[in-house]
Amino acid sequence: MSSFKAFDIAGSGMSAQSVRLNTTASNLANAESVSGDAASVYKPRHPIFEAVRAQLAAGAARDGNANAAVRVSGIYESPAPATARYEPGNPLADPNGYVYAPAVNVVEEMVNMISASRSYQNNVEVMNTSKELLMATLRLGQG
Amino acid sequence: MPTSLDQYVGVHATALDVRARRTELIANNLANADTPGFKARDMDFRAAMARAAGEQTTGGVHLTTTQAGHIGGASSTEAAANPDLKYRTPLAPALDGNTVDAQLEQAAFAENAVRYQATLTFLNNKFRGLLTAIMGS
Repeated sequence: MSSFKAFDIAGSGMSAQSVRLNTTASNLANAESVSGDAASVYKPRHPIFEAVRAQLAAGAARDGNANAAVRVSGIYESPAPATARYEPGNPLADPNGYVYAPAVNVVEEMVNMISASRSYQNNVEVMNTSKELLMATLRLGQG
Repeated sequence: MPTSLDQYVGVHATALDVRARRTELIANNLANADTPGFKARDMDFRAAMARAAGEQTTGGVHLTTTQAGHIGGASSTEAAANPDLKYRTPLAPALDGNTVDAQLEQAAFAENAVRYQATLTFLNNKFRGLLTAIMGS
């Protein structure tokens, strides 16, 4: 039944956006997680989205859509170097008095968060509408 | 008075099916609104209706493959499986190659949903008419 595919598609979108929200939350929460060692400092994470294409087997479904969903193909850690801050009083400071903060751009993360939440809402709306349409279809002929 | 139920329902059953497919297409566009390189798609409704109704669509020229090494042209690709799928002309493509315009897709989705419901209403009325004819009240 093809109508249910809209649910799968919207669901995959919601799941992908929630991964994005999770990474954003993680980045924001760790924005101030300083470390005394530049190598071990937290690295900002970002998901990579990828469109899923349905397999088109020989003579595949007349009603088969070429596209089927979205998925997170991976999460990459930003290679941006940690920013060194001179804080000799910090107990985590290295012998030279520096602590290293992750290269998290808080403004960028906030924008990412808003964008992800809007996209999530879009997918929820798609799911709600699809549900309504499907329920109306189920009631077909009942008056 | 047509005797077959299919005939009685007419084009609306097909329309419902095609509308459901368009719902999926636009849902997919919205789900991929943030996917780099994704190209938004939509369907040629007239062509889809004609194809679903079993008519021959015009302008479909296919290459014939008579040897193993022949390239099948459009008939071997997904374009042949879904000839009525088109790519949307982007108004403002993103730098990452994504051509989904969320507002436009939302509008298209809403429009499609309303038309789906209109088709449902047509069908409902047809069935109600049939019921009235059967029950006689």
